[in-house]
Amino acid sequence: MTSLLSVAPAALPPRGAPPAARQSRFRGGRWVAWAALGALLLITLLPFGVMLRAAFEHPQALYQSQAVLVPQQATLLNFQRVLGLLSPEQNLQLGGSGAEVNLLAATLHSLLFTVLVVVLQITSCAMAAYAFARLRFPGRQTLFALFVGSMMLPGVVLFIPNFIFIRDLGWLNSLAGMVAPFALMSGFSVFFLRQFFLSLPRELEEAALLDGATHFMIFRRVVLPLSSAPLATLAILVGIGAWNEFFWPFVVAPGEDMQVLPTALQAFRAQTPQGQFDWTGLMAAATLAVIPTLLLLVAAGRKVVESVQFSGSK
Amino acid sequence: MENDCKYHQHMHLLPTPAAKPRLRLGAETWTGWLMVLPALLGFVVFFAWPALRALEISFTEWNLLRPPRHVGWANYAKLLDDVAFWRGLELAGWYALMNIPLQTALGLGLAVAMDRLTRSLLVKSVVLLPYLLSNVLVALVWLWMLDPVLGAVNHMLAALGAERQAFFGSPDQALASVAAVNIWRHMGLVALLFLAGLQNIPRSLYEAAALEGAGEWQTFRRVTLPLLRPVLVFVLVTSVTGSFQVFDTVVVTTKGGPEDATKLIVPYIVQNAFGYLKMGYASAMSMVLCAVMVAYTVLQMRVMRANESDLA
Repeated sequence: MTSLLSVAPAALPPRGAPPAARQSRFRGGRWVAWAALGALLLITLLPFGVMLRAAFEHPQALYQSQAVLVPQQATLLNFQRVLGLLSPEQNLQLGGSGAEVNLLAATLHSLLFTVLVVVLQITSCAMAAYAFARLRFPGRQTLFALFVGSMMLPGVVLFIPNFIFIRDLGWLNSLAGMVAPFALMSGFSVFFLRQFFLSLPRELEEAALLDGATHFMIFRRVVLPLSSAPLATLAILVGIGAWNEFFWPFVVAPGEDMQVLPTALQAFRAQTPQGQFDWTGLMAAATLAVIPTLLLLVAAGRKVVESVQFSGSK
Repeated sequence: MENDCKYHQHMHLLPTPAAKPRLRLGAETWTGWLMVLPALLGFVVFFAWPALRALEISFTEWNLLRPPRHVGWANYAKLLDDVAFWRGLELAGWYALMNIPLQTALGLGLAVAMDRLTRSLLVKSVVLLPYLLSNVLVALVWLWMLDPVLGAVNHMLAALGAERQAFFGSPDQALASVAAVNIWRHMGLVALLFLAGLQNIPRSLYEAAALEGAGEWQTFRRVTLPLLRPVLVFVLVTSVTGSFQVFDTVVVTTKGGPEDATKLIVPYIVQNAFGYLKMGYASAMSMVLCAVMVAYTVLQMRVMRANESDLA
């Protein structure tokens, strides 16, 4: 992925008002643009509305109306069902499939998985990136090229040997097995941080060296504190990837004990017999699974948007 | 560094001349390797070694229960005659063709509209939301949206007087439905990537184009699009390689059906590995797929001169 080599850690363009000059030039264009934007926003939001309607709909009312957005018989029963607050008999009576989904456990596992991947991967990759950016040692160039080249390896090549390795370690259905391949190394993370470290002015580090600090001390005490913004950007990108990762947990933790949210939702759906989905239950579970992402957007929306935009900028 | 220590030697002022830089060079090598070590361990154990091992496994017959048996090129020979393998690749190609032009065009349109109209964080967050959710969650919501009987889309079609559609249940529509779900999930991401690119284009270029009397479409074609090329290459390369590996959505919505209409290459490889326990054969197929994707990436970079920006 050589195009990434040209990524410069330049800041995103300054935020400001849209340029007035261009606005006045394209009068008719503005109406077209508003219509297009409105339509695409509607298409983006509509499925969420449809999801919410089923989540809040009484199971029996689902089959009796052609409503799209408004529940005909609003209820919280579906949420109670998927959170395991009702007895199995009540559940079946309400049209549940008898399938179980432990959403709270899955959310907890997802959180643990994401935090571990983010913290371990970024710690390990930041050290390597600093060494690649600042220290001179034999093998540096080759090693860096290999690391970056590893981004070209698709997961579909690695999953069989990695699965066998994790199985041989006895780590199937464990958090360790899920985290391990992501924990130490990511070509993207190393590359991303090295680019940033290269852009830091050397003066501070040189001053610290003259004061007798070791390279590792400089990395910890000088460089890392200066890097909180790019570290946060990377944490968000890695975190989104880990939170949404389905393939590897699906391969290595197929059991019920260590489900993360994506695999738990998939298992919940797979348990429903063909032809009669427990739609209200599934959509209630989906609604609950959206909440953490919404919280992230509310808490750090600007940083999330900027981080994602940054991942493709050159 | 070397110049420095010579200088110090002549100065006779510093207490420990000459010896210190040499020591530091050794220390630098040590520190360098130590700091790289954890990542190197991860690289060797989870990337380099498994890549070589996958190649090795691809020359064996192995069901995980008995020891692997070396079979030479047999898996690759079998693969040449495997209709399902070629069909999986073909479907992945069709899928990419349905997916990418539409996703890129919609994303670009959305980016241009946002660039012109609004800097609202709320709009950007809404646009990005689908991408922040997992494939599984998104697929689940769309499975409900497109349900043949109760789905909202069919209710709306019926209200418009149109015929109800089976979508994921129809061999003719299933692949397009999977593509539509992914377009919906990635449209906003692509838009935000393009938006970042658009906002890097100096306004002076647009003013110059306006002074030259260029129309809106001309400005877009001659100024905007060429300057977006690096972002375009990034989007195309990542979305094509991503499309070839589509798996999650298929598992949730169609499981490869109906009538194998969505048995794309990666679901087929996974089925061979864990469904039929044919580790060797699955590895051979993944090797071929990897070669296809690397070849595509290199070609795309060459053709579109990805590394150069016309802005620089």
